[in-house]
Amino acid sequence: MLRFTEEHEWLRLEDGIATVGITAHAAEQLGDLVFVELPKIGMQLTKGAPAAVVESVKAASDVYAPLDGEVTEVNEVAVSNPASVSADPQGAGWLYRMRLTDPAAMEALLDAAAYDALDK
Amino acid sequence: MPASAAESVPFERTPLHDLHLRLGAHMVPFAGYAMPVRYPAGLLKEHLHARAAAGLFDVSHMGQIALRADDPAEAARALEALMPTDVVGLPPGRQRYGLLTDEAGGILDDLMVANLGDRLVLVVNAARKGADAAHLQASLPGAVSIEKLDRGLLALQGPAAEAVLTVLAPEVAGMRFMDAREIEVAGVPCLVTRSGYTGEDGFEISAPLAATEAIAEALLADAAVLPVGLGARDSLRLEAGLCLYGADIDAATSPVEAGLTFAISPARRGGGARSGGFPGAARILAEIQQGPARRRIGLLPEGRVPVRAGAPLFAAADDAVSVGRVTSGGFGPSLGAPAAMGYLPAAMTESGTRVFAEVRGQRLPAIVTGLPFVAAGFKRG
Repeated sequence: MLRFTEEHEWLRLEDGIATVGITAHAAEQLGDLVFVELPKIGMQLTKGAPAAVVESVKAASDVYAPLDGEVTEVNEVAVSNPASVSADPQGAGWLYRMRLTDPAAMEALLDAAAYDALDK
Repeated sequence: MPASAAESVPFERTPLHDLHLRLGAHMVPFAGYAMPVRYPAGLLKEHLHARAAAGLFDVSHMGQIALRADDPAEAARALEALMPTDVVGLPPGRQRYGLLTDEAGGILDDLMVANLGDRLVLVVNAARKGADAAHLQASLPGAVSIEKLDRGLLALQGPAAEAVLTVLAPEVAGMRFMDAREIEVAGVPCLVTRSGYTGEDGFEISAPLAATEAIAEALLADAAVLPVGLGARDSLRLEAGLCLYGADIDAATSPVEAGLTFAISPARRGGGARSGGFPGAARILAEIQQGPARRRIGLLPEGRVPVRAGAPLFAAADDAVSVGRVTSGGFGPSLGAPAAMGYLPAAMTESGTRVFAEVRGQRLPAIVTGLPFVAAGFKRG
């Protein structure tokens, strides 16, 4: 299941674990990324709280946790090569994985059609 | 990611507005204008291209002002009374970086002044052009006329700039850094100066509004030239150690604190031919003699985290009280690392001093360093 947030994150659910990243639209708006800071494995994330930071040459932007959960894995390639997030934000440029406290809460987020229809 | 705000406010347009849209620029509001922050190549490529070949910048939002008097020397004397700059001694055909100061010794604006023989032409910051025009109107004698020039302004910057511009204007090959000449570019009468704000060799071309786009397109037709947006303009000037008005310098900053003492001409300093006689002279000349309480410095963060404007600086990782502040900062594409500028007490400004910048609640070590971060490529000879 693939879902999106109004804050321009995407998450894909597989076996109760959600992979999280920034949307292609967000990556386009930010421009070339030069720094990525990811949460620590084991960290408890609260929906809406800052979970990661992505920085372009010009500005730093928080990436908010899309739902409650615990961080299980982070994408070290995104940290060592932030350009990989700019190049493929919804694929190889994923940021972290989290075990969702309530996987059913995914349903309430935006599907691709609803995200595309947002006035961005 | 915060949701992006809709930008529907009408902004002024430069003569290159349609060209920016055709080139696919990402447009943002800046100083009341719709300006290109980057083009499809992206900020990093644009920045590196300007250092390696040539970048074309639309700087038409900046203010261009002509000062005239029946006796041109009268205009120079009058302007000199507002600046710690040697305007009287600026020869025809030359340009100089200068500062407008206030009575407290603060900086009202930084600008370029060119002597064209029959007039002086100023290029001032976009965000300051209204204030500067009002200041000049209020301060210059009636014998000096002030004309706001409605013209386009292009900057062609980078080691290939001379070769590119020579095709359209053969005379530029003979120009030195800070020369100013009225010559034809692609058959259009323009004012060309060998200057810029990237730390690279290059030119600024002041063109009639109606001809600006055609000149820009002729320059972009050269494979060595990429259009470069305001984003890379900012990272280029940061690496070059150059001040951004409103960030690194303002009315609360003196030229000596800002490390702009080079812009205070010897003739205007203590013992000079026309010492003093500019607003704030008492403070500024005293600071040159005794040293200022704080100074602008370069900072190289030790890690990879960019340290940005507003970050407080601390002498030790666990100090409660900050000793200074970052005024510009981000990532230097040519450095391949974060870089910043800010102010520290004079006693802490020696290169190699370790300080701590607070970013998202963490104290990150950074090393005080001289400026610029990237050596300039000016053609002085």
